[in-house]
Amino acid sequence: MAQEGNQKKQRFEALVDDNLKRLYSDLVQEELPDRFKDLLSQLKDQDTQKSAKK
Amino acid sequence: MSSPDPRDELVNHLPALRAFALSLTRNGATADDMVQDTVVKAWTNIEKFEVGTNMRAWLFTILRNTYYSSRRKAKREVPDVDGAFTERLSVKPEHDGKLQLADFKDAFEQLPDEQREALVLVGASGFSYEEAADMCGVAVGTIKSRANRGRARLADLLDHSDDTAMELTDPATMAVVADSGPVSR
Repeated sequence: MAQEGNQKKQRFEALVDDNLKRLYSDLVQEELPDRFKDLLSQLKDQDTQKSAKK
Repeated sequence: MSSPDPRDELVNHLPALRAFALSLTRNGATADDMVQDTVVKAWTNIEKFEVGTNMRAWLFTILRNTYYSSRRKAKREVPDVDGAFTERLSVKPEHDGKLQLADFKDAFEQLPDEQREALVLVGASGFSYEEAADMCGVAVGTIKSRANRGRARLADLLDHSDDTAMELTDPATMAVVADSGPVSR
């Protein structure tokens, strides 16, 4: 009995992780909004300006 | 300049960072603001990043610290949950109604932050319990118990009776789960 319950628990846990992985990988595959690419190039420009002043 | 700038690597981690932010905040706008803050912090503190260590873990740590400190400040505010983690997901295989992924997502969003976080870190993003514990600044056992409590709560919320346990894990369903390749949009 206990063993059977344990097996079910393990299968449920595996199912939870499978579902999570699917949700997560859907999100990871979304295209990155432009604001982040813009932000990175802004940061880069600031640094270039700073080092040019030195 | 012989060694590569670790900041060039940042962009590679942004999709994962964003997914983590969404799972934590459950709000698209808040998540993107958190990612933005994290990028700026990481960029300006890049000397604190130890080259050769896991940059993704480092970024996730910055993001979660940002999130929890803003949560502390906004304690009396009602969290603004827009279902970002669930609603933007395109979920297909309902061919037999057995894989109740929509229900799963709803249930997942109801979990406390710490449990969602533990489950996402170890269950979805592939960090080890040790890494997750390190990132969250708690003991490995704490992460394990958060993940376990999260799973138990999910089981409750999904009213996971013995019958459905069998249904959900029958070979056909498992094949669908295993075979969930690129999702068409």
